[in-house]
Amino acid sequence: MHPGAWWLWALGLATAASRTTNPLLLCLLVGVAGYVVAARRTDAPWARSYAAFLKLGLLVLGIRLVFAVVLGSPIPGTHTLFTLPEVPLPEWARGVRIGGRVTAEGLVFALYDGLKLATLLVCVGAANALANPARLLKSLPGALYEAGVAIVVAMTFAPNLVADVARLRAARRLRGRPDRGAKALLLVGLPVLEGALERSVALAAAMDARGYGRTAQVPPAVRHTTTALTLGGLLGVCAGTYGLLAAQGAGYGLPVLLAGLVAAMGGLWLGGRRSVRTRYRPDRWGARAWLVSGSGIAVAALMVWAASYADAPLHPPAVPLTTPDLPLWPAASVLLGLLPAFVAPVPVRSPRPPSDGHGHAGSAPRSPDGDPRRTRPTPRSWGGGPRRTRPAPRPPGGEPRRTRPAASHQPGDGPGPYSHWKEIRR
Amino acid sequence: MSAAIRFEQVSVTYENATGPAIRGVDLAVPEGELALLVGPSGVGKSTMLGAVSGLVPHFTGGTLHGRVTVAGRDTRTHKPRELADVVGTVGQDPLSHFVTDTVEDELAYGMESLGLAPDVMRRRVEEILDLLGLAELRDRPIAALSGGQQQRVAIGSVLTTHPRVLVLDEPTSALDPAAAEEVLAVLQRLVHDLGTTVLLAEHRLERVVQYADQVILLPAPGAAPVVGDPAEVMARSPVRPPVVDLGRLADWSPLPLSVRDARRKAGPLRERLSGLTPPARPAAVPDGPGPGEASRHGAEAHQDDSATARRPRRGGLFRRTVKAKAIEPRTVKAQTAKTQTVKAKAAKTQAADVAPPAAVSGLAVRRGRVEALSGVGLTVRSGEAVALMGRNGAGKSTLLRTLVGMHEPASGTVRVGGLVPHRTGPRDLLRHVGLVPQEPRDLLYANTVRAECEAADLDAGAAPGACRALVAELLPDVADATHPRDLSEGQRLALALAIVLTARPPLILLDEPTRGLDYAAKARLVEILRALAADGHAIVLATHDVELAAELAHRVVILADGEIVADGPTAEVVVSSPAFAPQVSKVLAPLPWLTVPQVRAVLEPTA
Repeated sequence: MHPGAWWLWALGLATAASRTTNPLLLCLLVGVAGYVVAARRTDAPWARSYAAFLKLGLLVLGIRLVFAVVLGSPIPGTHTLFTLPEVPLPEWARGVRIGGRVTAEGLVFALYDGLKLATLLVCVGAANALANPARLLKSLPGALYEAGVAIVVAMTFAPNLVADVARLRAARRLRGRPDRGAKALLLVGLPVLEGALERSVALAAAMDARGYGRTAQVPPAVRHTTTALTLGGLLGVCAGTYGLLAAQGAGYGLPVLLAGLVAAMGGLWLGGRRSVRTRYRPDRWGARAWLVSGSGIAVAALMVWAASYADAPLHPPAVPLTTPDLPLWPAASVLLGLLPAFVAPVPVRSPRPPSDGHGHAGSAPRSPDGDPRRTRPTPRSWGGGPRRTRPAPRPPGGEPRRTRPAASHQPGDGPGPYSHWKEIRR
Repeated sequence: MSAAIRFEQVSVTYENATGPAIRGVDLAVPEGELALLVGPSGVGKSTMLGAVSGLVPHFTGGTLHGRVTVAGRDTRTHKPRELADVVGTVGQDPLSHFVTDTVEDELAYGMESLGLAPDVMRRRVEEILDLLGLAELRDRPIAALSGGQQQRVAIGSVLTTHPRVLVLDEPTSALDPAAAEEVLAVLQRLVHDLGTTVLLAEHRLERVVQYADQVILLPAPGAAPVVGDPAEVMARSPVRPPVVDLGRLADWSPLPLSVRDARRKAGPLRERLSGLTPPARPAAVPDGPGPGEASRHGAEAHQDDSATARRPRRGGLFRRTVKAKAIEPRTVKAQTAKTQTVKAKAAKTQAADVAPPAAVSGLAVRRGRVEALSGVGLTVRSGEAVALMGRNGAGKSTLLRTLVGMHEPASGTVRVGGLVPHRTGPRDLLRHVGLVPQEPRDLLYANTVRAECEAADLDAGAAPGACRALVAELLPDVADATHPRDLSEGQRLALALAIVLTARPPLILLDEPTRGLDYAAKARLVEILRALAADGHAIVLATHDVELAAELAHRVVILADGEIVADGPTAEVVVSSPAFAPQVSKVLAPLPWLTVPQVRAVLEPTA
């Protein structure tokens, strides 16, 4: 399924979360996102990011509460829970308070507020876990391809960097130095950076050797038009946005913005002609993608609409303290977000956990240099899965079975030399 | 036949270098041949490979004189990206080659860059998935694959563009024997059936030399290459596999390159050897002197009193007293408080010394959801060298890391000199066990060798200069001010080993020590490790290198899927296993000879 559909769905849930502070609705949203992730995520490394985002959400919530306790809250409250000693501040810092009275109302307000932020983070985490971010970037227009690659490379570097830090911290232990604590972490900084730099140079060399950055010849007229369209379009977007936001000029703002957008899109499209790249198996936007993205958009739209008819239950007041209740219709609309758990394709789970993918299951020991005592192995597999037949070895000294010579082969013209393998295998 | 790769009077000089990295290279590799590039470390093999793919000098800088033509294109006028459709390059580390994150996308990446039509790309990806046996892995994240699988994906990712020339830098160094064999089988098939030209640099000649059509020998830095038939070049090469060594020893002509050829000629040799027994190597000393005494010969001058006190001499009488105390603690309590503390302290350090350097029983280690080790039992005695072998990912490194306390056992016990490694502080553990990791540079932090040594003395609590003395012994010609990064692979390994030895641990662990080492460096390492074992150090090394295990190890332990499947004397385990048998043993089977030096020791006095 198209990764964009997952992102639309998650952004829909996030929009819904941004429209309410009702903790019950927010918890319901988190539950919906969590259920869909549990039902439809894969074993891939990026799918593990959901737990990380969940922890980040909790951290944000905690920080918000700590701030409310330490710095006080502007919410007037009557239920004092406890009083911290207040730090006397000079005259010029009048508006700031450190310590002092902590009220239940202030804490509840901070809790609702923090919960909203945490829910937004969880929604983003769900999108991350469900859709491979690299595949989403592959859907960018051709002219933005290079920027997309830079982001993908950066994303694969982050886990490598974390692994490096862990490895070097462990290596400190081998030198008899403490391997725990912040100091150990700081001291491995330089070697980690050196390693990352070396790896990026190696990667750049590999990418260059694999044809990254090959460009097609385009006529100068097209090049100039591209530049003009892109620059003009961006200027138009800026001017249009200014017109929309400024007090006067709302009349011409929208048309200028639209014209700018169209020009910029045209520039991007023309710019794509410089790139010779093609796409391998682009994701298609099918019926399932429509359903998944539609469910997210429906949740967002219904919640925005609910804000107009049932504003009070969506924002339970902190002053006076009341028990928030669950408004029926908004809650029902949130449940619409569960749809992807049933319509999205079930991910194919690998038979063994991915980190167990070492070695060559089913590989018989084979002599490293063609020992005559050992016959070549009969059909066997390289991977961990079921056995598959492989071409039988050629008889020593016999005629090669290939009949057609491997003529010089131009990229892209019909069956290549490797396609004979299908025939040979039979 | 036209030449796929042609070097015409090529020399390459890097910036700030004193001399050219390669000089006067003038050769041609015909289409459809497998050319093997050999030579000691640092002679410019990587430079030559880079010159073919255009990365030298376009990417690396430096000056290239002469002309390099690949499939008729001059690399002077074509940048690497413009050669991408005729040259496929796979570097030493497959991980730094990957741009995308799943197998299928990686295979398609090169074709996307070249702008092939979608249906062509789809078909070729399927073909390469089948050709390299990757079909089951197509959706898997690359990071979750084993080393051999990654290497195959890296080769596949350049094959999809149908290059005429394939350039590989040490494609099998990191692989276990079976995985290496698979990669080489693929290469051979490409050459034989598809007419691809392959240029390959490799240190482990015993794995590749019999596949080569042509050998390009770079004898020394800046020297002109010797090009020719593999058997002829091997006859004069400073680097050669054991089977060639054996052939030279036995005066076989032409020199055999494969075990099969050698066996055909080995009849008379086998007869001559059949009545003899291989010279016994110094066996492990089960209860001999501990490293506390024996290894002191080198570092004695630098030993301060406290270090000696820490590891007192084990007199027989004293040891018996300790045992008695361990059995009857009540008797000890009856003694006066003062003597008790003193003696208990002594007993504690003594217990650590009496215990074997490593004792593991019923060990299970989990990493994430995966059971990395289960039910592993292993005891290593002083003076014993144990080789851990097995596939990539069988749990060798995990076992070594558990012995230094990096992993906490899920069940079972681990004792290193009587201590529990993961509960012991790094400073104490250092004196009982030392690990040289797979990447020795992980141990090196300082800017100069001298600073590194001073830090090591401080870490280990050794006398100043102890580490430098060891470095001088292991690396005689390295200046104090050298940056550790400027050392060669072998020198860096020796430096890391010296740092680990500074604390004089009774147990030394090495993870893949011969990766990237040439034969000379390897021979030196074997000498050093043998001397350490003779001194009473226990050595455990995880390795894929069957020749190293045959030369060095008293005992071989084979791991598979986290369990020990074989454990016994090297000769027994290795000879009975087709994957882990060294070449000499295969040639002379069923006679129990493992290495060329063994044969030489018997033959030369009689000759």
